[in-house]
Amino acid sequence: SKSSKDTDDDHEPKQQEKKLPEHLEVQRTRVVCKADAPVNTEGFQYASAFSAMGIDNSVSAEKFCKNFKVEISRLTEDDMEFDMIGIDASIANAFRRILIAELPTMAIEKVLMVDNTSVIADEVLLHRLGLIPLDADPRHFEYMSENDVPNERNTIVYKLHVSCKKGSPWLTVKSGDLEWLPEGSRLPLASPAQSRDKQKTYTSFSRSQNDILEKPLGVKFKDITIARLGPGQAIELEVHAVKGMGKVHAKWSPVATAWYRMFPEVVFRKEIKGDNAEKLVKKCPVNVFDIEDLGNGEKRAVVARPRACTLCRECVMGPSREQVELRRVRDHFIFTIESTGGLPPEALFTEAVRILEEKCERVISELS
Amino acid sequence: MEHGSVTDSTASTFSIVEEDHTLANSVRFVLNQDPRVAFCGYSIPHPADNKVNIRVQTTGDPAKDVLKDSLQDLMVMCQHVRGTFDTAVTQFRQNNPTGMNIDQNKKK
Repeated sequence: SKSSKDTDDDHEPKQQEKKLPEHLEVQRTRVVCKADAPVNTEGFQYASAFSAMGIDNSVSAEKFCKNFKVEISRLTEDDMEFDMIGIDASIANAFRRILIAELPTMAIEKVLMVDNTSVIADEVLLHRLGLIPLDADPRHFEYMSENDVPNERNTIVYKLHVSCKKGSPWLTVKSGDLEWLPEGSRLPLASPAQSRDKQKTYTSFSRSQNDILEKPLGVKFKDITIARLGPGQAIELEVHAVKGMGKVHAKWSPVATAWYRMFPEVVFRKEIKGDNAEKLVKKCPVNVFDIEDLGNGEKRAVVARPRACTLCRECVMGPSREQVELRRVRDHFIFTIESTGGLPPEALFTEAVRILEEKCERVISELS
Repeated sequence: MEHGSVTDSTASTFSIVEEDHTLANSVRFVLNQDPRVAFCGYSIPHPADNKVNIRVQTTGDPAKDVLKDSLQDLMVMCQHVRGTFDTAVTQFRQNNPTGMNIDQNKKK
């Protein structure tokens, strides 16, 4: 096999010398955004599309690995933006879909309601509780299936006990009022027969979660309003959070959202000078264009910040329509991930890629 | 599960349960890049069924092997994406000490 590889390498430079004619290259690598609709949205997916011209259109794994690039432009505790260059939309979209729907997180699933005299109805309150992002790493927990007993490995318990005294002003219940119970549920199971045993509760923790986890659990944001209590009203409840996935319910989605956009490219077909240049610069709401002074009073429009382009297409309408062409680079994605807090965004992406690998592995083993 | 003819192994439909566009579309892309593939496509027969059908027709090789190779290729690509991404993150942290501070705050 080594010899065949060598011959492949010999052929490669020759193939790269041959280039597609420019109009085809644009069709292959760009989506062109016209004033009314985009064109060339399909591209050429077929590997042998240009074989008649002696040009290879395939993307083998080696070729992909050679050209793929990642450039990070922003990375904070809970949000990041990066450029993925040299990848097809189908794979970029797979990562996005996995981020939203198939990465596990912890979210409140069960609520044991002791008392709720607030004006907010039980079911509405539960829905609000479910959506609260928890500061818990899902990798430390297991899924709970139907017959499982809630234990320290699959359940996180919080309690909420707030009341508003008579005569005092309205009280706002915030997510920070949820108190983590590392020892499990404190509510006794209603079975009178077990008086000699330790009182049974709704969970059976064999040890405290404090011993398993490195840091105490809480909620990610302590200032989310859950309810408001009038004088004399109270809420007392216990919540059980379990591991789940976004495709079951959005509360388990680890991202506020994850999205990408194709890299915008603005090209001048002809030079735009003088007054027309000024007009073009003014027309663009996100300041993509700048004016360049050519000396002796001549001015020319240049594309300074293509990344800012929102594709409003203002520049391809009206008088500048003949000179400006708006394109998007087909294999360059500006990817943004906003984490809700369970994991940092960079860890989320790595996990998402790993999940796609696992999917491949599963199907390969099923086929074998 | 594979549906194909007994005598001709070059064309098959693979029915994969508990998968959706996420995997099928990616695999379709990788298959299309393989010169051995004459045709490939996928469909979700019914939105309520949790399965996809991937159709592979080749120019001579067994469809199953070609699909397996594509999945293998996709895995290699993913591993490379992960590696490249991790290096980019490490590098970004080195070049942007403010990013490091944010992370250190988180640990406190």
